[in-house]
Amino acid sequence: MNDTFLRWVLITLLVLPLFGALGALFPAPPGLKGRDPDQAVLRHGVSITGIVLLLTIALAAGFDYAHPGRMQATTNLSWISSAAIRVHLGVDGISLPLLVLTALLTFLSALYSYFKMPEGPSAKSFVALLLVLEAGMLATFAVLDLMLFFLAFETVLIPMYFLIARWGSDARDRAALRFILYTVLGSVVMLLGLLLIGLKAGTFDMVTLASDNGSKLSHTTQLIAVLAIGIGLAVKTPMWPLHSWLPDAHTSAPTVGSVLLAGVLLKMGTYGFVRIILPIAPQGAHTFAPYLAAFAVVGIIYGSLVCLAIGRQGSGGDLKRLIAYSSVGHMGFALLGIATLTPTGVNGALFANVAHGLITGLLFFLIGAIKDRYGTTDLDRLSGTTGAALYGAAPRLGALLAFGAVASLGLPGLAGFWGEMLAMFGSFHPAAGLSRPAYLAFMGLAAFGTLLTAAYMLLVVRRVCMGERRVSDAHEQAEWAAEGSDRQARLRNDGRPQSLRVGGETNGESGESTAEPAASRVLVDVQGYEFASWTPLVALTLLAGLWPAVLLGLTDPAVRTLLGGN
Amino acid sequence: MTALASDLIQSVDWIAVAPPTITAVLALAILVADLFMPPQRKPLLGQIAVGGLVLAGLSLLPLLHGSRATFCLTAGSHDCSYVTDHFTLVIQLLVFGGALLVALLSLHSPDNLPAGEFWFLLLSSAAGAALLPAARDLATLVIALEVASLPAFALVGLKRDDRLSSEAALKFFLSSVTATAVMLLGVSFVYGATGTLHLAALADALGHTPHQLDTLARTGVALTLVGFAFKLAAAPFHFWVPDTYTGAPLPVAAYLSVVGKTSGFSGLILITVIAFKHYADVWGPALAVLAALTMTVGNTAALRQGPGHSRSAVRLLAWSSVGQAGYLLVPLAAAGYAGPGSDPAGHIGATVSYALMYGVVNLGAFGVAALVAQTSADNRIADYRALYATRPQAALAMAFFLLCLAGLPPGIVGLFAKVVVFSSAIGAGLGWLAVVMAVNVVIALYYYLRWTALLFARPEAAARAPETEAEAVPALRAPASLKAAIALTALAGLTLSGAPQLVLRFTSGTLF
Repeated sequence: MNDTFLRWVLITLLVLPLFGALGALFPAPPGLKGRDPDQAVLRHGVSITGIVLLLTIALAAGFDYAHPGRMQATTNLSWISSAAIRVHLGVDGISLPLLVLTALLTFLSALYSYFKMPEGPSAKSFVALLLVLEAGMLATFAVLDLMLFFLAFETVLIPMYFLIARWGSDARDRAALRFILYTVLGSVVMLLGLLLIGLKAGTFDMVTLASDNGSKLSHTTQLIAVLAIGIGLAVKTPMWPLHSWLPDAHTSAPTVGSVLLAGVLLKMGTYGFVRIILPIAPQGAHTFAPYLAAFAVVGIIYGSLVCLAIGRQGSGGDLKRLIAYSSVGHMGFALLGIATLTPTGVNGALFANVAHGLITGLLFFLIGAIKDRYGTTDLDRLSGTTGAALYGAAPRLGALLAFGAVASLGLPGLAGFWGEMLAMFGSFHPAAGLSRPAYLAFMGLAAFGTLLTAAYMLLVVRRVCMGERRVSDAHEQAEWAAEGSDRQARLRNDGRPQSLRVGGETNGESGESTAEPAASRVLVDVQGYEFASWTPLVALTLLAGLWPAVLLGLTDPAVRTLLGGN
Repeated sequence: MTALASDLIQSVDWIAVAPPTITAVLALAILVADLFMPPQRKPLLGQIAVGGLVLAGLSLLPLLHGSRATFCLTAGSHDCSYVTDHFTLVIQLLVFGGALLVALLSLHSPDNLPAGEFWFLLLSSAAGAALLPAARDLATLVIALEVASLPAFALVGLKRDDRLSSEAALKFFLSSVTATAVMLLGVSFVYGATGTLHLAALADALGHTPHQLDTLARTGVALTLVGFAFKLAAAPFHFWVPDTYTGAPLPVAAYLSVVGKTSGFSGLILITVIAFKHYADVWGPALAVLAALTMTVGNTAALRQGPGHSRSAVRLLAWSSVGQAGYLLVPLAAAGYAGPGSDPAGHIGATVSYALMYGVVNLGAFGVAALVAQTSADNRIADYRALYATRPQAALAMAFFLLCLAGLPPGIVGLFAKVVVFSSAIGAGLGWLAVVMAVNVVIALYYYLRWTALLFARPEAAARAPETEAEAVPALRAPASLKAAIALTALAGLTLSGAPQLVLRFTSGTLF
């Protein structure tokens, strides 16, 4: 009974965004017209993603926590019988947190866009694309058929391409094209690997294949398949040296695009490693694990060093780019955890996944807010000679940024800590048959990487949050007067819409704010809608940091099942 | 005496041969009617042709149950020259569906084509293309192929006073005649080596050709294949395609890209997997190399089409159809690698599924191109900029068609059609071909996506100013037939995306 209910919840939450996307293209029905069509359709987006979030919460509430290793809410229908492709859906302890994370981030993005629609063409297509994107992301984590996984994996590409290409900032066409070509090349190669597995094992069913544990696949097949699938997933994750699409995509994407790209899309890569490669082709995974670990560690060090270079004064670095490169480093930890092939490491990887989704999602939101206020994310322009003095100008925003940065560098007690710790802990005792000295070296390098991460994150905090409030520098003042005041006026206007406007910090009328002397430059601090979309992320970061057992208790049994019960 | 007569006289199963016969008879009727019809009633001819094609399509219905054969030898092996099995029916459906859509595109073609000739030629060619998949001997096969392609030359050159059109026709004619000549030479070699024309008998005979005739048989096989490669526009025999497509009236280009290609493919399938199945070691690798070459040449050339050039939209579709022909060849090559012992039906099914998907969405794309040609005769890709602003439905449909061709969701049917092709290559151990195709899919994605993005781009500021004046004049209303064609293909594409099983069912090997 309970399971049938959950089954329908799962099906509904996968299908609803698609219908929502279709609905967004039609004019609003009478009674829901709102102030203007744009507002109506943005509200439509918020309500659909909100319902989806509620459904995932219902799913999480009904989930049988006594058996998180078992597939629950399963549906198994034949779809394309001639190609043996089945609609096989289900959730276990690995996919449940990711589903909730996806639904949450999408809802927050929709909410944020409702008040702060990125500049670009119509809101109608924006909402439709966002909803298609959500459907693809959710499906990736809920399907249990290799071909369906591939379909879901590809579904996210077109919406994300258009989100970057239409609502992005400078150089967006090139960045969007680069993003999609890279990932398609990866995923087509992955398709070859998936087909190889399906043809040799005679089924595309991930559960059957996982319980076979590779026993029906020859060693060579496993090697080729892992190589092909691994390349596809590594592009998505992204693993050094296949990461080069990521910084451009992030820099050009609108805030919401960056949040979902970092928060969810990258997770699809690591999720694929855990869900497909580890259980289905264990021998292949065993052979390639040391190489994966080596690339992961290089990624950690490389990402951190690039971030340090970007953060340096006078390098003209971009804040969004910096966070994008930090993702390369963070996903390196997740890959290292997977490459240990131990339950500890894989649990760490999954934890790091969720933590990175929360923290980096928050950071991209914050940077979007900074961009709205300053009009740039260029670190040098932001911070001038001493620093941008965000603490003084907008204390709440500054505090949140510092919180995000500290969480990202892995302070114990916040979410970022556990994933990295467990990944390194896993590589202290890698799975039997893997060279321990090599993994000890990897662990040492990864630990060094955490130091570098701390260095650049603190650098960011110093340069953006601290510093003197500029009073001289007449040259720049003029620029501020021209740009800053009307931007702030616009921001307030955007932030105004009806009921959700939380009074308190911003009660200046727009007319008044334009009249403000530019020299005082009191930035608009965190607005009500911004609080609403960021607080859940902050709260969950704290929760996951202080009580990691919530997540680990879910993933651990499932990981042990996938790794073959050892 | 009576016994001898019954031996000589073959009984004809008229229901089995109805589909091509109806089309051919109607073609003649239109040609005659054209002579006696006053010019103002000429549009009626088009409606008759459309009705005839629907009728021909309906005549497939009684054939659905089991396979029928007619024109059989009354003695000896009882081989038949005309067989309607599932393969025949699927291809005939594709031919009639394709021809019907082309007819809808041409009802209001701005090219001002002579009505009687046009409809006669179109229907004749469709009759040939419908006969082809049913043919089970080499003579019928060659005749059907010629009936399908001879009217096509005339169709290409039908635009009077158009130098480009005549040049395109000449190019098409010369290359096609070369192909026919080469193929006939090959057929005669094969006939000389085996002494039979029936495909099934050929397969047996080629299995044990006398040693001294072996070289002759092999040369015959190779030459026949080269002939088909010409017809299919497989690289390196593809050079006639872009000029022919751009020179031809747009509906004719659509016809060539779908129906023309289908007839070539069905012939090639029959020849390879039925007649020459013992020479799989000859044509398997040859087709694999052809496939790799064709897709690479087609896609890289499509990549280089500048969006600002005149008629670049059709040119791009032409090159992309060369690339798509490469994908279509992959499962055929895989059938060759699967060896004579195994059943090739699954691989053939992959080709047929892909061809069905390709037929639907490519005709849809040509439909939108025809729609755009109504307002901008030059039909540059740049003319599609901001189509979403002026014709949102057409833009959405075009985006869907292009993404189907690229094989990315929401074009789910395109994605799964590619998946079965990949799967067939990997299943036959053709890993290298699968990798080549993977790279090609990415190349193709680049130009399809660039075009798709252009549909939704903001109108250029410079181009906007004169356009607003033009818009003051009431915008040209799209003819209903054109809208119907686009709507039909879009609907078919969406249905297939929801239920890909409808086309993919052929991969389970139930065709022959």
